[in-house]
Amino acid sequence: MTHPRADALPATSADWTLPSRSRVGVICLICTEAALFTIFAVAYLFYLGKSVSGPQPRQILEIPVWSTVCLLSSSATIMKAERVLRRGFVSRFNLWWLLTLLLGAEFLRATASEWHRLIFTNNLTIGTSLFGTTFYSLVGFHATHVTVGVILLALVFVLSVRGYVTQGHTERVETLAWYWHFVDAVWIVVFTVVYVVGR
Amino acid sequence: MGVVDHSMPQSTPTEIRLPLLTQLHEWVVTVDHKCLGLMYICSGLVFFAVAGIEASIMRWQLAFPNNDAVSPEVFNRLFTMHGTTMVFLVGMPIILGLANYLIPLMIGARDLAFPRLNAFGFWLFFFSGLLLYFSYLGGEGLAGHGTAPDVGWFAYAPLTGRAFSRGSSTDYWTLSLLVGGIGSIATSVNIVTTVLCLRCKGMTLGRMPLFIWLLLVVAVMLLLAMPALTAAQIMLLLDRYLGAHFFDTQAGGSAVLWQHFFWIFGHPEVYVLMLPGFAAASEIIPVFSRKPIFGYPAMVGATVSIGFIAMGVWAHHMFTVGMTAMGNTFFAASTMLVAVPTGIKIFNWLGTMYGGKIRFATPMLFCTAFLFQFLVAGLTGVMLAVAPFDWQLSDSYFVVAHFHYVLIGGLLFTIFAAIYYWFPKATGRMLSETLGRWHFWLLVLGFNLTFGPQHISGILGMPRRIYTYDAGRGWELWNLLSSIGVVFQAAAIFFFVWNVVQSLRRGDSAGDDPWDAWTLEWSTTSPPPPYNFETLPEVRSRRPLWDLKHPEDPDWRHE
Amino acid sequence: MSVALVITFFVLLFPASAADSFDPNSLSPIANIFAPRSAPAQSVFEISMLVLWICVGIFVIVGGLLLYTIIRFRRRRGDDGREPPQVYGSNQIELAWTVIPLLIVFVLVLVTARTIGEVQNAVLPSDALRVTIVGHQWWWEIRYPSLGIVTANELHVPVSGPEKHMPTILKLESADVVHSFWVPQLAGKTDVIPNRNNTMWIEPWQSGTYLGQCAEYCGTQHARMLLRVVVHSQEEFARWVTGQRQPVVNDPHVHTGRDLFQSTACMNCHTIGETVASGTFGPDLSHLMSRATLAAGAAANTPENLRAWVRNPQQLKPGNLMPDMKLSEEELDQLVAYLLTLR
Repeated sequence: MTHPRADALPATSADWTLPSRSRVGVICLICTEAALFTIFAVAYLFYLGKSVSGPQPRQILEIPVWSTVCLLSSSATIMKAERVLRRGFVSRFNLWWLLTLLLGAEFLRATASEWHRLIFTNNLTIGTSLFGTTFYSLVGFHATHVTVGVILLALVFVLSVRGYVTQGHTERVETLAWYWHFVDAVWIVVFTVVYVVGR
Repeated sequence: MGVVDHSMPQSTPTEIRLPLLTQLHEWVVTVDHKCLGLMYICSGLVFFAVAGIEASIMRWQLAFPNNDAVSPEVFNRLFTMHGTTMVFLVGMPIILGLANYLIPLMIGARDLAFPRLNAFGFWLFFFSGLLLYFSYLGGEGLAGHGTAPDVGWFAYAPLTGRAFSRGSSTDYWTLSLLVGGIGSIATSVNIVTTVLCLRCKGMTLGRMPLFIWLLLVVAVMLLLAMPALTAAQIMLLLDRYLGAHFFDTQAGGSAVLWQHFFWIFGHPEVYVLMLPGFAAASEIIPVFSRKPIFGYPAMVGATVSIGFIAMGVWAHHMFTVGMTAMGNTFFAASTMLVAVPTGIKIFNWLGTMYGGKIRFATPMLFCTAFLFQFLVAGLTGVMLAVAPFDWQLSDSYFVVAHFHYVLIGGLLFTIFAAIYYWFPKATGRMLSETLGRWHFWLLVLGFNLTFGPQHISGILGMPRRIYTYDAGRGWELWNLLSSIGVVFQAAAIFFFVWNVVQSLRRGDSAGDDPWDAWTLEWSTTSPPPPYNFETLPEVRSRRPLWDLKHPEDPDWRHE
Repeated sequence: MSVALVITFFVLLFPASAADSFDPNSLSPIANIFAPRSAPAQSVFEISMLVLWICVGIFVIVGGLLLYTIIRFRRRRGDDGREPPQVYGSNQIELAWTVIPLLIVFVLVLVTARTIGEVQNAVLPSDALRVTIVGHQWWWEIRYPSLGIVTANELHVPVSGPEKHMPTILKLESADVVHSFWVPQLAGKTDVIPNRNNTMWIEPWQSGTYLGQCAEYCGTQHARMLLRVVVHSQEEFARWVTGQRQPVVNDPHVHTGRDLFQSTACMNCHTIGETVASGTFGPDLSHLMSRATLAAGAAANTPENLRAWVRNPQQLKPGNLMPDMKLSEEELDQLVAYLLTLR
């Protein structure tokens, strides 16, 4: 039995490029999270109109225009932040990044305010009916992802303000930005399912 | 853009003798795919012994009608824990462990794409196993009945609701699998990224070993299917603790919705379990037949087809639920369809062996038995796919026989083949062929004796998950035979353990390439150094070592 | 082992059937799915045989090829060590073994669709007997709404003949968790799911008693949730119906037992017609002694077993939901004497 050395093979491929690990990794994460959200959305749609009691969506849901505007524009601001970092302008990056962070936080505040009204004024809780169950779980699950995103954004902001983030970190920032874009895309789906189709 | 990663992982060099505590510490903090792979496999084998004992107790109880060896409560916990353990704490870790160990070696990389994520995934699995088994000790039970979950491994609602499952036993099931599931997803992300981003120079997707293709499809299936279970479990927790009504039938909730969500996960899961078995067989059969795999492109195509179609067959577990005729027909059709690429694989393995010079070393013995047994499993699967036939066979011992033929006759046999095949690479020592034969033949006898007769008791109307049965139903003989088979299976495992222990102590030295094989892992030392390869290889075909050994007729002339 | 299995399949195809008579007590204890006695079970049996034989054929061919291969192409002693011809594949062969299975699948799908339609979309006569089955943990409530009959664990139906089709339509409901109604010789199983209305039908052509049991794990005593379907001739069925609709026996000799029943918690769970006992958690006991078994098949319905059951239900069926009433021996005697009159 011979013991050949695999590296003794003649060179063949001159240009060997493979996708970047962080991009593939975050795409995998996005796919799996998309599957997760799909199940919650399916449960929401399945139970539409099947609540035996409690307030109906049409009666108490108001279209969340402000929070949607905040979240979707945060996608634009994060793209801008990425772009300026790629060109090396760290202080401008800080500005746009902070704006993104604040818009995300405002989305969460507006959601909390909506929930406060639904719980205390409209008497809708997770245990009230099928509508309550599916509403709070779907919207809440999304809000949890926004929260995680905001925390990560805040972490990067703190690091950046202290001078640790440079132009060379563009790809890493891009990875987080893709997660953030995903969270926004999910909001579009949740918005459609809950506030458009569901009413 | 991406370039092959040459960074060195942190691992202890094996030549220096360190104090025991330091060695243990190294194992705990390691991010080396080889160490983690071995940890996964060893943990899986330990849980295998535990679940095997659980099964043995069940078979003892069922050996005779109206037996009272264990109470119904204990029996119901046993079958729940047996199933849950075997799927999540034996099957998953062993296949993820094999993936972990072999993928970088086979693609010419130094480690997985995300070594720390890898360790994270392992420890999540490990702790999920401890959590599940802690249920025997901790928490609260109703009237002191004990606390391990007793709702079956697929935990149908509303039996799992607060009203019917009091105490915390169901929560152990839910939380343990939730945590473990996140670990599986983490490892899947790792596998996909590794395969797409870390292949050595020249290894296009079309030149990857089939093992890699199969595990790539497995990882993608896990990414898409695991979330269904995770979501359902979150919903169950919300029901049980926050008063939600997802599966609360009295508030209009649907028991069938749980079933849909569970099986949207559950069916791809059983393919996730089986495909790595195919992966091992696809590497071992060619080497021991001395021929390349017959029809590599078709094998890849069949694998990808299985991956796709398997995502759309789940409701064949629900033929008795009362779906419409259209629904039943659709899922019957899709299920029968997925049998086609699966069958094609059997033919391709057959075609590989045909015209070869088959050497029946232990790995090949296990693969050969796998082919026969999996053929039975696949055919009983076709029977179950025919929905009207399933209306009789579902939830009977026929189904139990079917899936044990898949998971033991198929998966376990190929896992043993894989262990006998790659053990020399991982340890530098050969396992004994003599002990291997004892292991093999005892397992063939015991396995078929236990699960063959169960086809018959199912046909005679014996449902599954019953702790006892009356005499005179025509089930006694088959149950007795089934229980006798356990003795032979236990003996087989004993020989396996003996083989491993004696080999580690004084097995023959393996060398780099004891089987005269053709994929990259055989080009490095046994065991491989922490950095896997001195220099990262470059390949021109699917069998780089064949090219080196046969420069007069290299593969790249024929591909 | 696989060969032994195939032989056993042959054996199962020709089972010894239960005594063919009008005796409704002729029990068919072997619930063989390959011994159908009812129209839907027959449809299922026919397609099952087709699929079975196709699979047996495939097994023989492929298994035979495998066997041939491992014998013919094993490495011989004294082999020269040269590698055999390296064959990478064959387009024609691979195409053939893709197309042929696809054709088999196509045929099977068509046949399957037809059988599914036969059973699920069968047109049943409007005067078919309708029975409501309610699954409980761990017994079966059986109601005949059109006849005003409520009983438990035993389903009595008339036999069906070519001159007069008499199927029975079963509406399946659950009071708690998911169960499954399975009497193999009469039909495939259908799950009994809370908050969901499933329907199935049976059309037995041979009288006798057929066994089945719950086929979906439903908790501790899932194993002892047996079913008996008693198929009567038309006259016998009419007699049974009359018997069930008789007013409940009110024997003055057992008044102490009756008073005991009505003054303790018994009446909270059980119904006995024309008395104050109107509980619905447990089975209706109005005609308890007309049934062959106790506790959904846990024991034969004899005075001794009845006494043992009432004295300590947990002994006969541990974990079941009837509590131990802690009666004294004398109270037990009186109560059982009363129950024994409920024919």
